[in-house]
Amino acid sequence: MDTINNLKSELGGKIANADSMDDLEQIRISALGKKGQITALMKNLSALDPEKRKAAGKELNILKQVISSLLDSKKNDLENISLESRLAEENIDITLPIRPEEIGTIHPISQTTDELISIFGEMGFVVAEGPSIEEDWYNFTALNIPVDHPARQEHDTFYINAKKDDQRMVLRTHTSPVQIRTMQSQKPPIRIIVPGRTYRCDHDATHSPMFHQIEGLVIDKTTHMGHLKGCLIEACRTFFGMDELPVRFRPSYFPFTEPSAEVDIGCSFKGGTLKIGEGQDWLEVLGSGMVNPNVLENCGIDSNEYQGFAFGMGIERMAMLKYGIPDLRTFYESDLRWLKHYGFQPLDIPSLVGRAGL
Amino acid sequence: MKFSLSWLKEYLKTDKNLEEILHWLTMVGLEVEGVEDRAELLKDFVVAHVLKATPHPDADRLQVLQVQNGLETLEVVCGAPNARAGMKGIFAANGSYIPGIDVTLKTTKIRGITSNGMMLSEREIGLSDEHDGIIEVADDAQIGSNAAEALGLTDQIIDIAITPNRGDCLGVYGIARDLAAAGVGTLTPLEIPKVKESFESPVNVTLAFEDKFKDACPMFVGRYFKGVKNGESPQWLKDKLSAIGLRPISTLVDITNYSTIALNRPLHVFDADKIKGHIHIRMAKNGEKMVALDGKEYTLDEDMTVIADDNNAEALAGVMGGERTGVSEDTVNVMLETAYFSPIRTAMTGRKLNLTSDARFRFERGVDPAFLEDGTEIASQLILDLCGGEASKIIKVGSEPNWKRKYFLRDTRVEDLGGVKITPKRTQEILETLGFKASKTTGGWDVAVPSWRYDVVGEADLVEEILRINGFDAIPTVAMERETPLPRGAINITQDRRSRARRTLANRGMNEVVTFSFLHSDHANLFGGSPETIKLINPISADLNIMRPSILPNLIAAAGRNVDRGFDKLALFEVGPQFKGENPNDEITVASGIRNLTAIPRNWNIATRSVDVFDVKADALSVLNQIGGPAASAQTVKGAPNWYHPGRSGTIQLGPKITLAHFGELHPAVLKAMAIEGPVVGFEIYLDNVPFPKGKPGDQTRPFLELSPLQTVARDFSFIVDTDISAQNLINTASSADKKLISGVTVFDVFVGDTLEPNKKSVGITVTLQPTELTLTDAEIQKISDKIISKVLEKTGGILRR
Repeated sequence: MDTINNLKSELGGKIANADSMDDLEQIRISALGKKGQITALMKNLSALDPEKRKAAGKELNILKQVISSLLDSKKNDLENISLESRLAEENIDITLPIRPEEIGTIHPISQTTDELISIFGEMGFVVAEGPSIEEDWYNFTALNIPVDHPARQEHDTFYINAKKDDQRMVLRTHTSPVQIRTMQSQKPPIRIIVPGRTYRCDHDATHSPMFHQIEGLVIDKTTHMGHLKGCLIEACRTFFGMDELPVRFRPSYFPFTEPSAEVDIGCSFKGGTLKIGEGQDWLEVLGSGMVNPNVLENCGIDSNEYQGFAFGMGIERMAMLKYGIPDLRTFYESDLRWLKHYGFQPLDIPSLVGRAGL
Repeated sequence: MKFSLSWLKEYLKTDKNLEEILHWLTMVGLEVEGVEDRAELLKDFVVAHVLKATPHPDADRLQVLQVQNGLETLEVVCGAPNARAGMKGIFAANGSYIPGIDVTLKTTKIRGITSNGMMLSEREIGLSDEHDGIIEVADDAQIGSNAAEALGLTDQIIDIAITPNRGDCLGVYGIARDLAAAGVGTLTPLEIPKVKESFESPVNVTLAFEDKFKDACPMFVGRYFKGVKNGESPQWLKDKLSAIGLRPISTLVDITNYSTIALNRPLHVFDADKIKGHIHIRMAKNGEKMVALDGKEYTLDEDMTVIADDNNAEALAGVMGGERTGVSEDTVNVMLETAYFSPIRTAMTGRKLNLTSDARFRFERGVDPAFLEDGTEIASQLILDLCGGEASKIIKVGSEPNWKRKYFLRDTRVEDLGGVKITPKRTQEILETLGFKASKTTGGWDVAVPSWRYDVVGEADLVEEILRINGFDAIPTVAMERETPLPRGAINITQDRRSRARRTLANRGMNEVVTFSFLHSDHANLFGGSPETIKLINPISADLNIMRPSILPNLIAAAGRNVDRGFDKLALFEVGPQFKGENPNDEITVASGIRNLTAIPRNWNIATRSVDVFDVKADALSVLNQIGGPAASAQTVKGAPNWYHPGRSGTIQLGPKITLAHFGELHPAVLKAMAIEGPVVGFEIYLDNVPFPKGKPGDQTRPFLELSPLQTVARDFSFIVDTDISAQNLINTASSADKKLISGVTVFDVFVGDTLEPNKKSVGITVTLQPTELTLTDAEIQKISDKIISKVLEKTGGILRR
């Protein structure tokens, strides 16, 4: 018994004093290795008589377990110490910048177009498109603007060399020719919005030779001017995110609608700054009206059976108003500083059910 | 169209205030663009008496005035030639704001003498451009009294926008009529005087047209006056005209301007003594010349209508009178012209000659064809009252163009189209106040259109009249109901792809730009060129004269501008149209981008490098992946159009017929021509060429996923091949060794030079094997390896590097 107790305290002492993994391994080998002290005692058991052998075997097994456990525990301690000292050395300056990476931007015209599509899309409009280079007939005549109509002069049309039906082809002055193309190719009910590039021969602080419009057209048997008002009030309020935005409809004239209305939103110009949604002033944002029966007939649609409304607005203008962009010309200058300042994150995908406060 | 409130009130009895009138003008469609309150503008200025005027001792052109302003006598230095002792003018004290020159007055020394204020010219108070002298006011004006009152400018001036369809509102009377219909007041009926006619006109008028030109002037009314005196107009007339910015000229001319503004009835007066023989209204002869009242000579053609005497054209019909027969102070005998000229021909003449006038503006929108005689009577009476003399019998030739028309207005139509119910009583009231005749018949109204309403050509126009006068505010707002049971997508796959392309590229660090669809033809020519058919006839500038055949030149130019601002790392893209002809199919949507100079800028961690082909190859493939294109099955082949570097560019295609994208380094010659430093790399993704996904639309289920429980095995091989053997060739060849087992081949190393022969390269590939049934034995793996090695040798001549 004494041998075992002595061995236990001797090994225990050595383990406690071990200060490296190598030391500890040496101790393990000297105790539990093939030629170890405990292994040797185990081997001697066979020489004892069965009674004694049983008791001594039990003692030795306990000793073996105790020493194993002490070795494990010491090993764990030594590992922890070694990890801590390694971690203490593993220091880097985490204030260093990341490896170069760049996130780009979406142009405000694309973003605003996507916003308007999401607003009108929710009301059941689908996107239709048409070409930039148009025939005179689609751009003017079919829209109830005959050759001698004074409204033609106001359009500042770009002409190109090509002719169709003996008429010079034009760069479309508005997105309205897509109304005609749609009504010719599709039977009512029709509910489309048409975003796209438009062109006018005019270049100054408030005019660009190319700009963007978004056009809407509804044709069915029952849509009337009350719907026009409902649709556009909702669209304006949603776009600007103002439940109570004042919206005013005022008679105007467009050859392709009858009656025609311009749509103003309430604002204030006090102190030279524009504030939308407050004050006593009005700001024109879009043109609209009930589709002129002549336009329907030009597209082969019976104006006694079908009716509807159309509207159009400038995309840049809407973007300028909503995002406070002061100068139209800067939209096309591709100045990196401007793109980064007014551009949108690629994941800013407009959605009416997305983030609150679109 | 400018008019004064008091002028309006001559025709409209109303107790409404200015604000209400302005509101209703806008709400019936006569949009108020501005209101000018002159009394407010001039409130700081007073009438002052010039007591003494002595020459400035140190300046030839200046005088020193002693000015009494009602409170004190001040010394004022003045340069006006008409400043003199005894006159009365308008005085601005120091501290007051001078609107015409946008200056606040301060005490100043002029050539050594202190000037305590200023005597004002018309330009300085914003009344006109006149600045040859200072304003003189009547002798009886009280010193120190308000300037606006002394000048007769106490009125409010309203400026409204007239839409092209409302020519009838180019006269104050027409505006009053619209307001009366809206309930703002009562329209005063026009009194038509009966002029005393004392002789037959010595000048005859004939309409000398061939049949095909008869529409040019269907009717002419006129009158000859003898013994008139054409002096200065009375104050009331001068005030009325100058209040709206028209300069009084002489009584006869002022009367024609008065008639134009008040009644939308343009007139012309000829000095009858200068007319040779009789008047003939005819088409001009080709090349015929005439000097107009603006002093310029115009060359006419046979599509233009003129009023001629026996010898020459003496007026351009509906546009402008001639200088030779114009009235002057000496005019004694006058011919008054009240005509109807074709709107289309008037507009065309004005456009061809680039000549605008108040008359043209009205004739081309259509003046009232039934108001020739009444208009003549009103003007005649004014001439007799203001200029004296005697009037001839009225001259009438031709007949009114046929303007009478009726439309049927269905009872239900206003509500069907307008969404608002309006009583029959109100319907009739609105129409009749506007001058329509509405008689009730079964199911609707027979409505006769008044002579002055050209714009009303159908039932829809009648609906508009009723709705706008009743007020758009009265139309109840109705929400749009979706017409499908479920919401449907607003955009189709093509439109969705553009949006995805944009957001993918932005996410890859590129900035979206929007550039013009047209550019300089020199730039177009560097990128394949555009056909002459899509050249602009009237470009905004020579730099923007043709539709673009590619978006790249615009992007390169934009990059150049940014480089000039000091940026050396640009990644710009645009998703937009490019053109190869004038037909709709010739316009395609392309996602194009460029990157220039720096790809990885200097940093503490990884190596700096310039942009290269693989940056843009990645952009192109990434977009093709993100838009659901068959990027995996697409082939990348060497070569691209000639604006790319021939050896550093590629094409992504589906077979030789479907090009999905080009990418590469831009050709150095192109960059040189565009004066930009390289390297610039770019891509063009032809979104419209990307095939739509197969399968039924709406089928969202994915194929069954088979997951192998067996581990993959990877083996590396290095082959020495000729330098012109492409990596793709090697990958394809290795893959073909066992299409079932080989699940992937990647390139891990490319090495040239050093120990290798000059035209050889070493390419390292990793082949991944995916067993399907059983784990592969070493022998099986060796078998596949041997096959790969022999295939590569056979197809590419590549030798395994030992």
